[in-house]
Order: sequence, then C-alpha cells, then structure tokens
Amino acid sequence: MGEMDTLKKEADGLKAQIEAGRKAVNDTTMATLASGVAAAPRVQLKNRKTLKGHLAKIYGLHWSADNRHMVSASQDGKLLIWDTYTGNKVYAVPLKSSWVMSCSMAPSGNLVASGGLDNMCTIANIKGASPKTLRELDAHEGYLSHSRFLNDSEILTASGDTTCCLWDLETGKQKVIYKSHVGDCMCLAVSPDQNTFISGACDSSAKLWDIRDGGCKQTFIGHTSDINAIAFYPSGTAVITGSDDCTLKMYDLRADQEVNGYQDAALNAGVTSVSLSSSGRLIFAGYDNFNCNIWDSLKAEKVGVLSGHDNRVSCIGVPDDGLGVCTGSWDSFLKIWN
Amino acid sequence: MSSKMPSSNNVTQARRTVQQLKIEASIERIKVSKASADLMHYCGEHAKYDPLLMGIPASENPFKDKKPCAIL
Repeated sequence: MGEMDTLKKEADGLKAQIEAGRKAVNDTTMATLASGVAAAPRVQLKNRKTLKGHLAKIYGLHWSADNRHMVSASQDGKLLIWDTYTGNKVYAVPLKSSWVMSCSMAPSGNLVASGGLDNMCTIANIKGASPKTLRELDAHEGYLSHSRFLNDSEILTASGDTTCCLWDLETGKQKVIYKSHVGDCMCLAVSPDQNTFISGACDSSAKLWDIRDGGCKQTFIGHTSDINAIAFYPSGTAVITGSDDCTLKMYDLRADQEVNGYQDAALNAGVTSVSLSSSGRLIFAGYDNFNCNIWDSLKAEKVGVLSGHDNRVSCIGVPDDGLGVCTGSWDSFLKIWN
Repeated sequence: MSSKMPSSNNVTQARRTVQQLKIEASIERIKVSKASADLMHYCGEHAKYDPLLMGIPASENPFKDKKPCAIL
C-alpha cells in the first residue's frame, strides 16, 4: 500500500497549496467593499398570477427564451406548458414515469425535457398537433436531477450517479461524461457564453466544467451539506449556490473562492432553489420553510420575502427579460411575482 | 462489469484525484478586491435595466391583470 500513502500525501499537499493560493488573494471581503454601495430598495413584489392545474407537488419549472411561456413538472405525471401572460395551459405532456424531478425547455421552444427516478431524460417535441416523445436518453445509473438544453441537438444532464453528461439528441448517445463529484449531482447551470457549466452535488462542492473537453476546471468548497441549487451571475464570472446547510454562497470564478455568504441565524431551512434578477443584484432563494427570501447579492442582506405558498418552494425562475420571478411549490401552484 | 481488485481500483481513483488537484492548483487567481469590484461594477451598470429592482409601470407589466374599463 506504499503507493496509496504516497498519493494521499501528494493530494493533501496539493489541497494545502490550493488553500494557500486562495488565501494569498483574499485581501478583503465583498461585504466590506459593498458597505459604500447604496442599499437596494426594499423589494415588495406582488403575486400577479397563480397558475393552477397541477394535481400534485411541483418539482421543476423553466422559462422559455421567449419570456412568456414556461414548462413545469409535477409528480401528478405531467409537464404543463403555460402562457404566463394569460395564465392558460397551452400543452400537457403526459409522462411515462410520474417520479419526475426536473424539466427544461430548449431555447427554440420546440423541445422539452423531463426526468427523475426513472434515471432517464425524456425529450418531447411540443410543436406539432400533439406532443411527441422524440428520445429517451437512457444511460445514467442514478436519478435524473436536472437538465438544460444547449440547443435543439444537445442537452446537459445531472444525475444521482454522481456524473453529468452531454447528450447528442440526433443519436440519443452520450457525447461527453463529466466525472469528478463523489456525491449525487443535484443541479447544473450553463454559463452565459455556453463554454462552461457549473454543477452542485451532495458532496457539498460545486464544480466548473469545460463543456467540450469534459474537464473539471475548478472546485468550490465551503458548504457543509448538499448543494441543491446553482445559478450563474449574469456576468458569467461568479456563481451562486444554495444548500441544505441553510445558506447560499457566491463563488467568484477568477478569485477561485467564496466571496460572499447569505445566511441568517433565524433561518434553519434548507435552500431548494435559486434564481437572480437580470442585473444580478437580487437573489431569489426558495426554502424548505415555504418561503422565498430575496437577498441583496452585494451587501448580503435580506431585502424582501415572497410568501404565499402552503408548502415547500421547490423551484424558482426569472425569465431572460427579468420582468418577473416565478415560484413553484409542493402545494401544486406556480406563482408569478413582480 | 469486470471485477477489479479493490486495491487497484483505489489506486486508480487516487491517481485521478491527484491529477485533478494538480489542474486546480495551477490556476491563476485574481485578488478578491478586484473580483468584488468587478461584480459590483457589473451590478451598477445593469441596475437601471433591472425591472425587479426599478419597478415596472402598470401599463408595461405583462403579468398584471388588466381590469375591464366601465364607461359610465
């Protein structure tokens, strides 16, 4: 076992080197710098629409790139596509497996994806007389926790088997497998320039990946429990994570470390979901305690609350035009606020 | 699935971990002060276009229910 000891020593040495490298550039805190910034206005958003139609817990939602339509997934075994301006349901996609954990819509609006405890990512075409299953992406060895389309021929998935994957939708096969996490992958987010993506896992770390070559470029630590939610800052230079440890963190990619933390001694509910306003100033975070807290991303202060759900807020999203925020809950409703 | 000796599996895994740590240890980092300043600058530049921060006039709010007008 001599080699194992050598490798362990080498690993420990490298971890210490990384820690020292991070400390060396840690010359201040964002909280200190942001003390001079004007406070964000007290944010009072009103519930403008409640979308009713699901019959069981909602597990995922994703806005269309057209800022008007949205797909939601529920364990009632359906994906619903909504026209959020009218509140009407436009399509219903029945699912083979009702144990769905996530859904997403392609930027074109032509395709939707869903998956969960069936370990598969099912792609459906919703433009046509009726929704049609296009592909069943079947290779993960664990549940499908998250998915995001890059375009109509490529999709990224995150799985409980600890890997993420890039799929070719023309062939239905895996193109790239991203292996490095040692816990279930729970969430992913694609960078604005689509060259990289970030994943959060039950090993309490977030990892930045090169989409094309499959390499893990950076690993962000600090959380003390599962990372359930992750989002890119609109600048593409930072990421926000939400965890079962009841906190959110902002990691800057170029400083390679945590630069801000969002926590409250009174809050002892895990974070389930996260989304940002279009400038990045506001963080919307859904919690197990039925609320969504609004944080000032720079000053790390709570500036508002969205309350109205009767059960856990499981998913949140802000459309690309930033005109509202939608919360989805285990109470089976979606609410739009602005 | 081929059955591997547990010890050689661990060694392969350990080698991969060291390889990955080498990549992560070699990146160039910028100062937190610069990183924070850049993020704050980005926010500042984009704040005026952020509807949730600035508020949305009722006439431009696509989610607000339009009440019917009664001509009396």
